[in-house]
Amino acid sequence: MPAVTDVLLPASPDEAVAAFGDGSGVTVIGGGTIVMPDITAGRIRPARTLLLARAGLAGITHEGSTVTLGAMAPLQGLVDLPAPVGPCAGNVADLEIRLQATVGGNLCSGEGAEAPRGDLQGPLLAVGAQIRSAGSGGITTEPLEDFLGHRRGRLVLDLTYEEPAAGAFAAVDRPHTHAYTTLAVSAARTSDGTIRLAATGAGWWGIRLPSAEAAAADPAAAGAAALKDVKLHDDALASAWYREQALPVLVRRALARLEES
Amino acid sequence: MNLNVNGRTHEIESPPLTTLLDVLREELGVHSPKVGCEQGGCGACTVLVDGAPRRSCLLPVAALDGAEITTVEGLGAAEHLEPVQAAFVHHYAAQCGFCTSGLLMAATAYIANGGTDDREAIAEALGGHVCRCTGYVKIVDAVAAAARGDEFDLSVTAAGLFTTTMSGGAA
Ligand SMILES: Cc1cc2nc3c(=O)[nH]c(=O)nc-3n(C[C@H](O)[C@H](O)[C@H](O)COP(=O)(O)OP(=O)(O)OC[C@H]3O[C@@H](n4cnc5c(N)ncnc54)[C@H](O)[C@@H]3O)c2cc1C
Ligand code: FES
Ligand code: FES
Repeated sequence: MPAVTDVLLPASPDEAVAAFGDGSGVTVIGGGTIVMPDITAGRIRPARTLLLARAGLAGITHEGSTVTLGAMAPLQGLVDLPAPVGPCAGNVADLEIRLQATVGGNLCSGEGAEAPRGDLQGPLLAVGAQIRSAGSGGITTEPLEDFLGHRRGRLVLDLTYEEPAAGAFAAVDRPHTHAYTTLAVSAARTSDGTIRLAATGAGWWGIRLPSAEAAAADPAAAGAAALKDVKLHDDALASAWYREQALPVLVRRALARLEES
Repeated sequence: MNLNVNGRTHEIESPPLTTLLDVLREELGVHSPKVGCEQGGCGACTVLVDGAPRRSCLLPVAALDGAEITTVEGLGAAEHLEPVQAAFVHHYAAQCGFCTSGLLMAATAYIANGGTDDREAIAEALGGHVCRCTGYVKIVDAVAAAARGDEFDLSVTAAGLFTTTMSGGAA
């Protein structure tokens, strides 16, 4: 049984922002798929928790080519979006987890060798998402790329991106629906022909692959160049050596799929 | 806060971050959802929340005020099983039974949402559920049969199993 804690249950985005304040001492619960087991097992004993379940941040909207994903949107709600976002969401866990796991929780999940999570970071970097978050200094909007490095202490509200002209997702196959993705590469081509590439599983959180992007016209060269962009590591899923072999292959596959789409 | 469990409304007294699983088992005495991994990885605790299959070990009860929860106790009783329960019996889809409640609820949602007897679709819908005993084939057989609307005379099920064994068990 969890320890007694002050539980805040905001009923609107404004209430959530006010309750979060500057974030100090507040543990956010989105879908809870990561944080609830920690609470139940007593690994964390938060004094104040902010439950977002009723905060009204779960919308997924399309306005023309602009897509907005609320922080509380369940991953299952994303699976029909075009690549790379949809196929990546569909590659997370199983239906019941996807009905509960949220976009905000995925982007703010733990980092490091113990926590190879946060698969959506790759595709959302590839489509150039802007993220709106609250915390010290008020509500800010910034590229996801900047946000990931300093996400502690922020409350994610939503993300916005322009639907790319083409997108692709390539991941190492999972032996079981509950196996975390070892390594995945997301690709997007904007209407002006710019190609953006990003990886998950090739660093402590999702990263862009700028050297591979610069060489994108030649998929084999791009695959080799991607190794310059990453700091590969060993974790419970795979060794750095394995990732070094797999990354160029996935970059090539993602670029080939982008070409076909 | 209130929860409606299998058609009955209960005022809940457990602390707000207690999991739905613990509220069902410890506060309300509803024991079909099983405590397996308690971290979302096995499906033994799956119940329906407003009709959707959810891992009850991951849900803080405070987020569920007013929700309608369905567990195996809300399906058919022994003398009048729901088709999916009868299919599990007929196809011998339970051995120790630890995974069975979760699978029955996931299968109920799958069929209610128009799921067919397509084996790949069933495997996809139930893919997060772990069974240590059956090898899954019988479970998929049962869900496919229930999705088709097969009818079973359970009084002959044991004889049917015996025949299967005698003919080499290749069913
Ligand atoms: C069986 C299983 C399989 C899984 N497989 C995968 C997988 O394949 N790929 C994958 O990426 N993940 C996987 N996960 C991990 C997890 O389910 C997802 O990453 C999910 O999207 C996390 O979202 P959540 O809302 O449940 O997070 P929560 O548990 O609610 O929160 C996770 C972290 O983010 C913080 N947080 C939550 N929402 C916000 C917000 N709006 N603003 C700021 N901080 C916030 C929390 O405080 C916490 O630190 C799996 C989990 C399980 C149980
Ligand atoms: S006990 Fe809930 S998924 Fe295992
Ligand atoms: S019947 Fe024993 S775990 Fe499934």
